[in-house]
Amino acid sequence: MPRPSHLDFDQVVASGVSRSYGRRRALRHVSLCCRGGEIVGLVGPNGAGKSTLLGVLSTLAEPSSGEVRYGKWTARGAGTRLRAQIGFLSHELQLYPELTARENLAFFAGMYGLDKVDARVEAALETAALSDRADDVVEGFSRGMRQRLALERALLHTPRLVLLDEPFTGLDESAVAALMHRLSLLRTDGRIVLVVTHDLDTVDGLLDRALMLRHGRIRELPPTGTLRERYRVEVQEASSKLGGVSA
Amino acid sequence: MTRFLQVVWLVVRKDLRVESRNKEMLVTTLFFAVSCVMVFAFAFVRGGRAVDGAAAGVLWIAVAFAGTLALGRAFERERYQDALRGLLLAPVDRPAIYLGKLSGLLLLLAVVELVVVLMVALMFQAPLFEHPFRMLALLALGTLGFASVGTLFSAMLVRTRSRAVLLPVLLYPVTIPVLIMGVSGTNVLWQPEPDLAMVQLWTSLLLFFDVVFLTLALWTFEPVMTE
Repeated sequence: MPRPSHLDFDQVVASGVSRSYGRRRALRHVSLCCRGGEIVGLVGPNGAGKSTLLGVLSTLAEPSSGEVRYGKWTARGAGTRLRAQIGFLSHELQLYPELTARENLAFFAGMYGLDKVDARVEAALETAALSDRADDVVEGFSRGMRQRLALERALLHTPRLVLLDEPFTGLDESAVAALMHRLSLLRTDGRIVLVVTHDLDTVDGLLDRALMLRHGRIRELPPTGTLRERYRVEVQEASSKLGGVSA
Repeated sequence: MTRFLQVVWLVVRKDLRVESRNKEMLVTTLFFAVSCVMVFAFAFVRGGRAVDGAAAGVLWIAVAFAGTLALGRAFERERYQDALRGLLLAPVDRPAIYLGKLSGLLLLLAVVELVVVLMVALMFQAPLFEHPFRMLALLALGTLGFASVGTLFSAMLVRTRSRAVLLPVLLYPVTIPVLIMGVSGTNVLWQPEPDLAMVQLWTSLLLFFDVVFLTLALWTFEPVMTE
């Protein structure tokens, strides 16, 4: 199958992105820049707007205001060619439980117009440590196995921008180590990686930068101290500010 | 164009493969349609003779109800684990996804209609084989019109909580003309001496509605699927 004509970029810049659902504002003037060869962490409490931001960056959701630029491109301008460069692992795993692991990967390889589908699928199954379960339906897989398969599905087309929503969910220790190694390789390969996670201790040391999203607003966490400490300080500061405002 | 058709085929093949594993839509839709025809047969067939004009109505009611049931499930498997987002993220023309879903649904409804039409012919003594190609044209065009709108609405409603209620509420007002044309055309065709010019008129009208519905659906699928 022929690939869509090539489009590449080395940074993603969001400028003043807001996103509302009816009267509720999920994102408020969010600006960020993620560059190739770095892993950026996005942390924040539940309901902070992290998944919404990933939705916007993945082009699945349009911002209510502001814009996202992928290099010199916008989602509207680049269209389908841009989607060929985005890999998105959402919290919901986007797999078909009635299909086997092999069929799931082959289906998405076809949808992405990839060549050498069989070889790619075999390699992905091996990376996910699922070669021996390749012809089993996904319905019977554990959460960790599904998570590994979904990650390979998201990376099957070697995207430039990798968006991962809670990628460590359900993984055992060895799978976590394998994923960390995989993320390091993506960084070395110059990919832009944005990881949404609550596993602060797990990703500490892996991230190049950490951003915190709270009440739809984004802030970069200071580079000193452990991620958990930085996160705690940020939350306390934000709470005391809120307390000050209400007082 | 080749890539567009490849994507359509990928989606159809995936849906058929899933359906072949769980047979969820085929069994429920077929069971519902057969039950529908049976109940109407008890009501409208007296002493071995069917009430005049009942057969066409029963056939299209069975098709519409079974179709609604199938449409309700069509995007359900895409909703589970948010697979729809995976589809929408793929670098393909989104109308190809719509056409793939529609084609899969049409294949399913074709199987259901094959059984339902034979049942109606048997129970209501409908002259099914007098003009088989005209009957086929009416059924095919009517089903296409109904399913083309239904597939779009089903996709639109996939993220709403009360989609099971909303689908028929939205679908029937729009597709009533298709159902009326289908019933009218079939009714004329199943008369002892059918007015074939009239059948031709209903068939042409169905074709016109299909072109309009399909064009609008292909045009609007991309914007309605963007969050």
